[in-house]
Amino acid sequence: MERIIFYILAAVIILFAVASVTSRKILRAVIYLLFVLIGIAGLYFLVDYNFLAAIQLTVYGGGIIVLFIFAVLLIHHVELELEKTALKKKLIAGALSAAGLAVTIWAISTYPFPETTSTYTSVEVVDIGRILLSYEDGGFILPFEVISVLLVAVMIGAIVVAKGKKLTENN
Amino acid sequence: MIAGISIYEILTLTSILFFIGVYGFFTRENLITVLMSVELILNASAVNFVLINTYLYPDLLQGAVFSIFIIALAAAETALAIAIIINLYKLIYSVEVKDTEIMKY
Repeated sequence: MERIIFYILAAVIILFAVASVTSRKILRAVIYLLFVLIGIAGLYFLVDYNFLAAIQLTVYGGGIIVLFIFAVLLIHHVELELEKTALKKKLIAGALSAAGLAVTIWAISTYPFPETTSTYTSVEVVDIGRILLSYEDGGFILPFEVISVLLVAVMIGAIVVAKGKKLTENN
Repeated sequence: MIAGISIYEILTLTSILFFIGVYGFFTRENLITVLMSVELILNASAVNFVLINTYLYPDLLQGAVFSIFIIALAAAETALAIAIIINLYKLIYSVEVKDTEIMKY
């Protein structure tokens, strides 16, 4: 059963990812990207990382996609079609990506991954919270604090940058 | 761990997703769509962290934490990049890659 669901999710993810990078209508490309992100949240649910799946749905599906839609609506006409990419460019990019994919898959399939012995238990949100705030060995308190400072800096920076010229002229 | 699915199949899926993102990064000529391709690449790597953690080290949590950090960084990067794109559109009325010259210096 889980196997079938995984294959369905994989098909959805790959199909919509291809549609998202090839669609010439920009708003549709954003919506295809939303389907890819939801499929990945489904993968997280499949391996029992409920907290990560919730973050994926809220931050990506809720936040980033809305940002993209806002940007598209502010900048483009909704019906606008993107310029066609030159065939030569498409061929070169496709060949390069296929070559990179071939090398990666070859490396993955020849690498002997060790068989794990410990039994898998599902992850509780409590454990993630403990390890994020632990200051002992293997704790993540410093990156956690750095990320919060970064988010504040980005928030202020985004406001200043998006306001643009007017702010500097007035001051 | 997903019953009946080996780690090789999952890593193949995420590699395909990653290189679809790379293809989009090469071919797209609009800044917003380039940014969307970057999101695909970031997402593929985040999934890799979680699934390698699940399959190889099920008693640790490091992969999940790294994924959370990747998602936070992706959100920050997108917000900033879209602010820059909107500001650029105010200045030159275009977000095509070939018109973007004024930020070089």
